[in-house]
Amino acid sequence: MTDDLTQLTIKDAQRLLRLGSISAADLVTAHVERIERLDRHVKAYLRFTPELWEKQAEEADRRIRQGEAGPLTGIPLAVKDVLCVRGVETTAGSQILRGFKPPYTGTAVGRLFDAGAVMLGVTNCDEFAMGSSTENSSYFATRNPWDLERVPGGSSGGSAAAVAAGEAIVALGTDTGGSIRQPAALCGVVGMKPTYGRVSRYGLIAFASSLDQIGPFARCVDDAAITLSLMSGLDPLDSTSSDRPGLEVLNNYDRGVKGMRLGVPREYYDVDGIEPGVKAAIDAALFILRNAGAEIVDVSLPHTDYGLAAYYIIAPAECSSNLARFDGVRYGLSEVDAPNITEEYMRTRRKGFGTEVRRRVMLGTYALSSGYYDAYYLKAQKVRTLIKRDFDAAFKECDAIVSATSPTVAFPIGSKTQDPLSMYLCDVLTLGGNLAGLPGISVPCGTSDGLPVGLQVLAPQWGENVALRVARAYEEASDIKAEVASVV
Amino acid sequence: MSDWEVVIGMEVHVQPTTKSKMFCGCGIAPLNAPPNTYTCEVCLGMPGVLPVINKAAVEACLKTALALNCEIPRHTKFDRKNYMYPDLPKGYQISQYDLPMSINGFLEVGGHKVRIRRVHLEEDTGKLIHAGDKLHKAWESYVDLNRAGVPLMEIVSEPDLRSADEARDYAMELRTLLRTVGASEADMEKGQLRAEPNISIRRRGAIEFGVKTELKNINSFRALHRAILYEVNRQQQVLESGDAVVQETRGWSEQEERTFPQRSKEFAEDYRYFPEPDLPPLELDRAWIEELRRGLPDLPSVRRARLLNDLPAGQVAVIAADRELADLYESAVAKGAPTVATANWIVNEVAPTGKLPSPENLAELMKLLQGGAITRDSGREVYLESVETGRTPAEIVAEHGYRQVSDESELRVIAEAVIDANPKAAADYRAGKKQAMQALMADLRKRVPHANPKVANELLLKLLA
Repeated sequence: MTDDLTQLTIKDAQRLLRLGSISAADLVTAHVERIERLDRHVKAYLRFTPELWEKQAEEADRRIRQGEAGPLTGIPLAVKDVLCVRGVETTAGSQILRGFKPPYTGTAVGRLFDAGAVMLGVTNCDEFAMGSSTENSSYFATRNPWDLERVPGGSSGGSAAAVAAGEAIVALGTDTGGSIRQPAALCGVVGMKPTYGRVSRYGLIAFASSLDQIGPFARCVDDAAITLSLMSGLDPLDSTSSDRPGLEVLNNYDRGVKGMRLGVPREYYDVDGIEPGVKAAIDAALFILRNAGAEIVDVSLPHTDYGLAAYYIIAPAECSSNLARFDGVRYGLSEVDAPNITEEYMRTRRKGFGTEVRRRVMLGTYALSSGYYDAYYLKAQKVRTLIKRDFDAAFKECDAIVSATSPTVAFPIGSKTQDPLSMYLCDVLTLGGNLAGLPGISVPCGTSDGLPVGLQVLAPQWGENVALRVARAYEEASDIKAEVASVV
Repeated sequence: MSDWEVVIGMEVHVQPTTKSKMFCGCGIAPLNAPPNTYTCEVCLGMPGVLPVINKAAVEACLKTALALNCEIPRHTKFDRKNYMYPDLPKGYQISQYDLPMSINGFLEVGGHKVRIRRVHLEEDTGKLIHAGDKLHKAWESYVDLNRAGVPLMEIVSEPDLRSADEARDYAMELRTLLRTVGASEADMEKGQLRAEPNISIRRRGAIEFGVKTELKNINSFRALHRAILYEVNRQQQVLESGDAVVQETRGWSEQEERTFPQRSKEFAEDYRYFPEPDLPPLELDRAWIEELRRGLPDLPSVRRARLLNDLPAGQVAVIAADRELADLYESAVAKGAPTVATANWIVNEVAPTGKLPSPENLAELMKLLQGGAITRDSGREVYLESVETGRTPAEIVAEHGYRQVSDESELRVIAEAVIDANPKAAADYRAGKKQAMQALMADLRKRVPHANPKVANELLLKLLA
């Protein structure tokens, strides 16, 4: 019985809560029990927040009794370790922030709390969100709930795995080059990265400021849509947040795809290294969408090949600056026994940062250095402009773009850790959306060799409702629902 | 006298008058605030925080730029200047690099134009406090981030200044201008205005600039002047002894009255500037800029020219240098106060005490003085009381009976009584001792404090003749 409560969608859970069949406390208990049973295998969570869930569940039950329930009242939520929550240790998966408890709660999380969500804990991720497998976490690797020998994807692997394993109904992740969509695909759940500026980044420990966005994981498109709408909208604390109303992401998103033109970029469809099983699942998805009334058209994103290179200049450049604050002076790890301040910086950062973070800080520092700036950073920005134009041109011919989210299904743990470049290639189909600032969603579209495949839908800027509409129509027509992995 | 020409450019950092910091809601700490009490997660550089531009700082910068005749480009943006230091919480300073808020202006100083290269906005750093003595092991350093994130305008001139005098006058004129437009209190002692001269010398007639040094730690106009004189002299000696000036930053030591090397530019830091991704580029509203331009008060140079029509240069120098004094003068005169006498009053009574009367009350006071209704001594009492209580001079004069006695028949009786009561002084005066008149006048003032001194004096002279 209790396990049934961990399979619910937001809508079902809300109905049961309002009917009084279950309480928010029951919902929490069911999830905590499942976590106790499964998370030692999956390792989605880094730490739990019992004080919060007790308080929030109690408050949820009070609100339900008084008929004041909000859209997320009582819904168990998992939060990626890069989103600050007041008083809850938040470390970006890094040793350098070990013990750091933010004195404030970030905007997106705060809005979900206001809507009634109940936080269960903090989920694992690649250190500072740098990675595609969650193996770069300084704590431990998270496992894919569908095959514990495989990665869940990353960097938001903990959040994706938690939702896939029934250890939370919704979870928050962040997506800088695909860090929500790719793990969603690999774990067989829905994951959405909004338009840059849709969700406030206040409280998100920055990796690459011009690319980072916060977004939801859920087991159905409706849940992702409602969660996204609740955290969207202007935040006076984030100057890059848009004043567009959050609710517009829901505009007409349940109208189906009949008459819509869906573009398939040939550069994505035939991307290097795409697995035949993934391609077959995408072909099947395109067939289903066509049957549902969409027109499938060929489009081109000619600068795709340069996207990866531009991304791996811009993201490290910004991270090299964003991570400069971790100097051991004010918070986190501090090697105070150094003979001077420079040595203290070096010891703290050498000890506190993992290999991949150090690699990107060095790459970025180099790319911004005097004499190299024009050749690297400036050129990468020009490529970024070309990639935006590619999308602008493509969206003249279609309403949304569809492709695989990841060229591969979940890969075995350890299979790419020795080869950073092969790991970087995991993001080849997703990072274009970040460079262009576009909304994108990944929905489950069947399996290959028994492992989940994700269908990515990219929409024009501020077109979350378009992406959600295609994803929802596909979900409905395919009758493929994200399932909860039984794990063991 | 010398065949060296001095070339000086000035970098001036000014703290605009704002209620809060450049990128967060923290207030501006007073000088004596306990360390780290004016801070929040944003200016402490906590993980996850973002900057938000302070509009009041932008407004102050634009007003300054407009008053300095600068162009305001359509696009401006903020950049990150990356370097690590414990007083810089984020590991970068948000500043402006290649698209500053304003460019290409000028400031008129002593009749010639000093070109302004740029005026831009940035944030201040925190402060390090070093504890312990010179023993290396005893050193401890503390970080106070009260100042971290305080807004700063950086005003950069072209190398158009040719002497320590000109450099000091430039800085003083800048202070007057900043106060006039209300952009900053620009108090050097409080660190609200920090002048950093770049100094080089070259043979008279040479076209190439010499190697420059930059001076820091200058806390007053006097120090600015002396530091430049010292540095020019030092460079001259270096060059004349056949050595080369090293390009470096030098500090000014107030105690030792000398400059000393602080940081060599040979190992120049690479600041890795790049556009601040957390702040979208600023597209300044042209209508707002025009509104600010229209709202600018008369600039000191304009006002100075106007005051010179009525007043001698000495008075103008004092009055035009202070917006409040100049406003007071012009308003009082507009209400009928006499020009020179009012200016005198402002220079001698108002400027030294800093007690500002309302223009109405000053005009009334000046009319009472001019009409002979009260004495100058009474005038001072009336002025002070009027400033303190806000009451009008006429009311105060009536209440205290300050009205001056100028009636000759009234005073004649008193004068006769004074001569009768002081036979020795009267005799001395008649015998040619002119100073004896002072004793007689003193006695007269004792009897009638508000006697018109001129009338009384004449009466005594007449009676003693």
